Amino acid sequence: MKLVGLLAIAMAVTGAFAAPIAVPHAPDQRFAGLLNAPPTRPHIIDDAGGWHAPFIYRWRLANRLEQRYEEDRSVRIPLVWWTNGAFVQSSDETSAPFLLFGADSFGRDVFSRLLVGARTSLALASIAALGAMLVGGAIGGLAGYSGGSVDDALMRATDFVMVLPATYVALALRSVLPLVLSPAKVFMLLASIFALVGAPFIARGVRAIVRSERRSEYASAAQALGASDARLLLRHLLPATRGFVAVQMTMLVPAFIVAEATLSYVGLGFPDPVASWGTMLHDAANVSVFADFPWLLSPAVAMFLVVLGVNLLLQGRTAGPTGSGRHVRWPM
Amino acid sequence: MTRFLARRLAFAAFLVFAVSSASLVLARLAEGDYVSGTLGVEARRETTEQLRARYGLDKPIAAQYADWLRRAVRFDFGSSLLYDRPVRELVPERAANTAILALAALALATLIGVPLGIVAGSRNGLLSASIRSTSIVFLSLPPLLTSLLLVFMAARTGWFPIAGIRSAAVPPGGKAIDLLHHLVVPACALALPLAAVFERLQAQAMGEVIAEPFITAALARGVGWRRIVWRDGLKPALRPVAAIYGLAIGTLLSGSFAVEVITSWPGLGNLMLQALRARDVYLVAGCAGAGALFLAVGTLVSDVALAVVDPRARE
Repeated sequence: MKLVGLLAIAMAVTGAFAAPIAVPHAPDQRFAGLLNAPPTRPHIIDDAGGWHAPFIYRWRLANRLEQRYEEDRSVRIPLVWWTNGAFVQSSDETSAPFLLFGADSFGRDVFSRLLVGARTSLALASIAALGAMLVGGAIGGLAGYSGGSVDDALMRATDFVMVLPATYVALALRSVLPLVLSPAKVFMLLASIFALVGAPFIARGVRAIVRSERRSEYASAAQALGASDARLLLRHLLPATRGFVAVQMTMLVPAFIVAEATLSYVGLGFPDPVASWGTMLHDAANVSVFADFPWLLSPAVAMFLVVLGVNLLLQGRTAGPTGSGRHVRWPM
Repeated sequence: MTRFLARRLAFAAFLVFAVSSASLVLARLAEGDYVSGTLGVEARRETTEQLRARYGLDKPIAAQYADWLRRAVRFDFGSSLLYDRPVRELVPERAANTAILALAALALATLIGVPLGIVAGSRNGLLSASIRSTSIVFLSLPPLLTSLLLVFMAARTGWFPIAGIRSAAVPPGGKAIDLLHHLVVPACALALPLAAVFERLQAQAMGEVIAEPFITAALARGVGWRRIVWRDGLKPALRPVAAIYGLAIGTLLSGSFAVEVITSWPGLGNLMLQALRARDVYLVAGCAGAGALFLAVGTLVSDVALAVVDPRARE
């Protein structure tokens, strides 16, 4: 089961890394004649029963109002490999592009956007998790090491943040800044908000571990040898939290992916041309749209697979001293 | 117990106060205000200034906050600029809708999750394994995805309404049935992930209880397995699930945001989103305060319940 989980995560990460060579089209390239076109199916057998190298058929608009398409089975369009810097493309890109997961309502290739969006979503979530680790580790380490009133104050604060529903905190903080921001700014902003909201989960566990390790013999030994407080904390105590932090971060990444999707879905995430799994869902937001064109929900499927992968990976592991579950928590 | 209650109540009051104050200040700090958002930049200077003065937006933040606070202690939370209605009327209306949704989801999650967890935790075999794997699938579906999935299915089959809270015309069967019919999709979307959490927790707790010596003793006395599981083992095994009810309230509130937006459920989440976008400061503070009140009451109830069951939790 763990292997399946690992496979799902590896797929997403590979997709994200391979995006520049794997995508057939630019994420913002529009095919005006193919709005909401369904996925093109690769064939190897034609109607006459003859075998060919993989080819596709052109989509012909059958009903403009309902945006229904039919395969034009008269012309075979072979797929070409490794041309124009793309892994696979159709040989007639202008009139019959290869749309593996169909096109969205602007006529953009969903597959390309999914891979490019994976880069945005995964990078944001990983950087936010890293930030949560730094902030949470610092707070937890400080609280656990110093004890007393510092400990009390810091833990009260983390408790308070943990009680608040994370989605609303992120929503309120996000809306303080102008609604329209450059993608880079949105990235930084969302990463820091998520890091802030995720930090308490790490801080609590780190504090508990540092507190108990502080009383261990190796800590006293290091202190007896004249190690300073900072050295003792950084070199000896914090490394003991590594297993716990690793598990927590694995749980935070998918939670952040979903958080980005939620914010982008309601229009407070990335601005339009940027591809992320959230903005793709935002484009599909209307029920009447995605009920007829289900391929627009492919980012939802991608998200599910990543979360499922993490959950399978975490099966049988404990989340550490704070306990409570071996699965991704919602939300955050 | 009295001291415990008093401390909890003080925390609840502080939570509501801090959250609504912070959100008012945050909304005020935000770039642009309600007037510039509605009138636009081309409006006459006098008009915008007049409007700002009417809404109290012309004062510095501290003065406006003090004004709001002074009126808030008399339960006057200002008027929504967007709806031109007192916050005191508007927010409870929407908060009630969110409460209906959250309570229905909580009940549904408990009814699905706990019995399945007891079954999965008390035996081995195909049934237990399939419950377990279904749970892992639903653990991986946040409310955002379950609501998209359920709305998709409901739209395709046409079995359930996919948006809103009531039909335009009252259908046969009356208002209550209509509400229940509309509640199916959002409540299920919110309940399924939580049910999976409950199931896993309950199965784990049941498994631990079954390993206890008193269960072996009961078995040795010849008590039937079914009786042991559903009578002797059940009570101690219920504690972990009861303990996360307080946390579940926060999760439900957060999760209900996505569900409300996707299914157009007219609750607090939708209202908060509108208020934030329109920079409707008083409405933002009102919504945040109502959310905090939910949270405070939820944690209070679950803490008290836990303290009654388990005296160790009173400290």
